[in-house]
Amino acid sequence: MEDAIRLVGITKTFGEIRANRDISLTIRRGEILSLLGENGSGKTTLMNILSGIYFPDAGQVFVGGREVTIASPKDAFDLGIGMIHQHFKLVDVFTAAENIILGLPGERRGRLDMKAVEEKVRRICDRYGFDIEPDQKVYEMTVSQKQTLEIVKVLYRGADILILDEPTAVLTPQETEKLFAVMREMKKDGRAVVIITHKLHEVLSVSDRVSILRKGEYIGTVDTKDATELSLTEMMVGKKVTLDIERPEPENRVKRIEVKNLNVMGPEGVPVLKDISFEAYGGEILGIAGISGCGQKELLEAVAGLTIPMAGSSVEYFPPDADKPEQLVGRSPREIKDMGVHLSFVPEDRLGMGLVASMGMADNMMLKSYEKGSSFFIEKKAPRELAEAVKDELAVVTPSVGYPVRRLSGGNVQKVLVGREIAAAPSVLMTAYAVRGLDIGTSYQIYHLLNEQKKKGVAVIYVGEDLDVLIDLCDRILVLCAGQVTGIVDGREATKEGIGLLMTKIARTDDGHRHLGHADTTETTEGGAAHE
Amino acid sequence: MNKAIEVGKSEHREPFLRIARRDGTSHGRKIGVRAASIVIALILDALFIVVVTGLNPLAVYAEIFKATFGTSLRFMWMLRDMAALLCIGVALAPAFKMRFWNIGAEGQVLMGGFATAMCMMFLGQKLPTPVLFLVMVIASLAAGALWSFFPAFFKANWNTNETLFTLMMNYVAIQIVAYATNILRGQASSLGTINMGSKIGWFPKLLGYDFTLNILIVAVLTVAMYIYLKYTKHGYEISVVGESEKTAKYAGIDVKRVTIRTLLLSGAICGLCGFIIVAGNKHTISTNTAGGDGFTAIIVAWLAKFNTFYMALISFLLVFLEKGAGQIASTYGLNEYIADIISGIILFCILGSEFFLNYRMIFRHKEEKGGGVK
Repeated sequence: MEDAIRLVGITKTFGEIRANRDISLTIRRGEILSLLGENGSGKTTLMNILSGIYFPDAGQVFVGGREVTIASPKDAFDLGIGMIHQHFKLVDVFTAAENIILGLPGERRGRLDMKAVEEKVRRICDRYGFDIEPDQKVYEMTVSQKQTLEIVKVLYRGADILILDEPTAVLTPQETEKLFAVMREMKKDGRAVVIITHKLHEVLSVSDRVSILRKGEYIGTVDTKDATELSLTEMMVGKKVTLDIERPEPENRVKRIEVKNLNVMGPEGVPVLKDISFEAYGGEILGIAGISGCGQKELLEAVAGLTIPMAGSSVEYFPPDADKPEQLVGRSPREIKDMGVHLSFVPEDRLGMGLVASMGMADNMMLKSYEKGSSFFIEKKAPRELAEAVKDELAVVTPSVGYPVRRLSGGNVQKVLVGREIAAAPSVLMTAYAVRGLDIGTSYQIYHLLNEQKKKGVAVIYVGEDLDVLIDLCDRILVLCAGQVTGIVDGREATKEGIGLLMTKIARTDDGHRHLGHADTTETTEGGAAHE
Repeated sequence: MNKAIEVGKSEHREPFLRIARRDGTSHGRKIGVRAASIVIALILDALFIVVVTGLNPLAVYAEIFKATFGTSLRFMWMLRDMAALLCIGVALAPAFKMRFWNIGAEGQVLMGGFATAMCMMFLGQKLPTPVLFLVMVIASLAAGALWSFFPAFFKANWNTNETLFTLMMNYVAIQIVAYATNILRGQASSLGTINMGSKIGWFPKLLGYDFTLNILIVAVLTVAMYIYLKYTKHGYEISVVGESEKTAKYAGIDVKRVTIRTLLLSGAICGLCGFIIVAGNKHTISTNTAGGDGFTAIIVAWLAKFNTFYMALISFLLVFLEKGAGQIASTYGLNEYIADIISGIILFCILGSEFFLNYRMIFRHKEEKGGGVK
C-alpha cells in the first residue's frame, strides 16, 4: 500500500508541556488508521499539525514522499489533507452549499455559480449516500447531519486524506454505524482515513491498524486483527488494567427525590423539558442517557434550583430525618441549601460553572460555603485544609493548592470538583458527564467514588454518554429524547441497542420543531409516523 | 545540482517568525526584561533628543528627574497629583475585577466634586466645620454612587451595555456642572475659588501642606481596598462574578445584588475623590476638575491587574513622566508635543516589555534559512 503521509520526529511543546515528543508514524492510502490514546496524549495536537493549525517545533512531514511545510490550513487543503473537527465549524444561518464554499476562491473569478456548486455537492452525497440537501440550512440539521456536512466540505475541497477527531462522541450507536460504513467506502476509493478516538470497541470494529500515543510519545502501531481491548488498553495506559466496573447491590433504597410533571422553557421560548417525572432513591445510581442536548443539563439545573420551571412542575425532596417532603421548585440554590438539603452537583461545564478557573484549589473549595459565619472577612484556613485533604486523597497533581485550576489537566480539574462536592456530605449527588475527557485510570477512580457514595446511601444521578458505562454502572437508566422521558430501564437488563432506540424515539416534537433524533431508526418507532 | 533545484522549488520553508505563549515567567527574567526596557527607552530617547532638538540627552534626563525630585515641594506636588489618579484607580478596582467596565469615573468624580463645591458654597456659613465636612463627605459619596447606580441597575436587570452607559453619564455630569457654573457665576467656565478668604470647607494644613490630608486618605483607601478585595466575602463574590456569572449563580451568589453593590462602592469612592480634589486642592469646580484622570485611571487599573499596590507604582510612573515632560518643555522652551513624545517613548517601552514577558518569538532556524534562500 502507498504511503499517504509519513511523519518523522515530530515535536511540539506548549510552554512547559510537551504535547508531542519525537513522533514518527505512517498513514497509508486505502486504509483506516486509528489514532488511540488517552486525553492529553497528543493525538489532536499531532493531527492539528497535519492540518496546518499548529506548526511543529521540530520534525518533518512527507506527503506522497515529498517533504512539505504545512504552515496554514490552506497549505493542508492544497496537499489534500482534510480534518473534521470534534467541534463543528459551520455557520448556522448558511445552507450546506454556502458553508462548503466558504473561503474557497471559486471556479470563475468574481462569479459565484451556486448551481454548479450544488451539483458537485449532490454528486458527492450520492456517491456516499449522505442524507443532506445542498440548500438545507445548518440550523435545521441534526448533529449527525452537521457532521456529514463537515465531511462533504473536505471531500469537496478534494481531500483524499481525511482526519476525523472523535467523530462518534455526539452520535447514537446507529449513527455511528452509518459513519463507519461511509469510512469503509472512502477506504475502498483509495483514500487515507484517520480516526482519533479513545473508544476501544470502535477502534476494533472500523480500523485496519492502530497507532498508540501515550503522554505525547509514540508507543507503537499494531494491526487491528491482532489486537484486543485489553492489549490496546495496556499500550495506552502503560500498565495492566482491569476493565470491569463494579455495581454493588443497592441496600436500603429510600426515596430521596420525586420529580413530577417538570416543564422547563428554553431561552428561545421552546420547551426544553416536557412533563418529566421520575424518582431517585438513596442507595442507588440512576443513570440518564440521551443524545447530547436533549435536556440532560436543563434537568439537573432545574433540580438544583438554577432554572425556574414552569407552573405545575414539582421537585420534591424527602429528607432522611423527616417524613414530610420539601418542595424545591421556586427556590434558589442558596435557599435550597439553607433548607438543609445537601444537594451536590458536578456540572458539565467544569471550569465555566463548577469552578472558578483563575483561582486555586483552596479558594475553589469555599465556593459554596464561603458565606458561612457572620464575619465580614473570609475564612481561609478550613478551605485550605480541605483542599490539601482532597489533593492527597484523590491524588490531584498540582504544584500547590493555590495554583490556578485552569492550568490543571482535565482529569485533575474534575477531581477537584468531584472532591469538593463529595466533601459536602451530600444526600443527593448529581453528576453531568463526570468522566468526559478523563483517562481510564481517572474514570475508574470516579466510578469508584460514585459507588462509595451509593453505598453510603446517597441518591446518585449520573448523566453519561458512554452507553457501555451506563449499562455497567447504573441501577436504573432514564432515557431522554427531545426533552421527554422515553423510558426508564433496569441497568442489569438493558442493552445498548434498546437504549439507542429510546434515544431517538421522537422524530418530531409537537411544535413542528425538527429534532436531533433524525435517523433511519425513527422509521421503526412510533415517532416515525410523523416523519414524512 | 539536480538536488539543489529540488530544494529551491520545494515548499518546505519554516515561517520566518512565530510567536508562542510563555507559560509563567521567572522572577529574575521579569526584572531583567523590565530593566532592559528602561535602558532601551533611554537610548531611543537619547537618539530622538539629539536628532530632533540637538540637546544633551543626559541634561534632559536630569531635568525630567528634577521635575519630581528637585525640591521637596515638587515631590509633594507629585504625591498630590498621584493621589488623585490613584484614588480613581482604587475606585475602579472592584468594578473592573467584576468585569464591569466602568469608564464613567470622570463623571462620577465630577459629580462628587460638584456636590462638595455646592456644600462649601451654600452650607459653608451655616454649619460648624466638623458637621460641614461630614455633610460634604456624605454628599460626595452619594453623588458619585448615584452616577454609577443607574448603569449598574440597568445592567443588572436588563443586561444593558455598561461601557456606553457609563461613558454617556460623563457627558451628563459635564453638562450639569457647566450649567450650574453659568447660572451661579454667569458666562464663566469655573466657579472661581470658593471661600477664598474664610477657607471654609478647605482641608486644614497638615505637616506644612494644604493637601497632606489628600495623600493620607488615598493611602488608607489603597490599603483598605486591597484588603476588601482579597480578604472579605464581598471581595470573593466580586472575583467569582467577574470570572463567570454561571459559576456565581451555581454557587448561590445573587449576581444582581453584587453588581449593584459593587458599583455603588466604585462610584462612591470616585465621588470621594471629587471631594478630595475640590476640598483639598482646587477649591473650585469646573468641567475640567477631573482633568481626564477618570480616563487615565482606567489605564492605571488595567496595567496593575486591579492590584491597588501596583496601581500606586503605575500612577507614580505616569505622574512622574507628565511632570518631567512639563519641566523640559519649560526649561528648554521645547514644543509641548516634543516633550510628550520623549515621555511617551519611555512609557511605550515599559508597557511594551509586557509582550516579551508573556510571549516568546521563534525565528526560523539559521541553517534552513540558508537553504531557503538558495
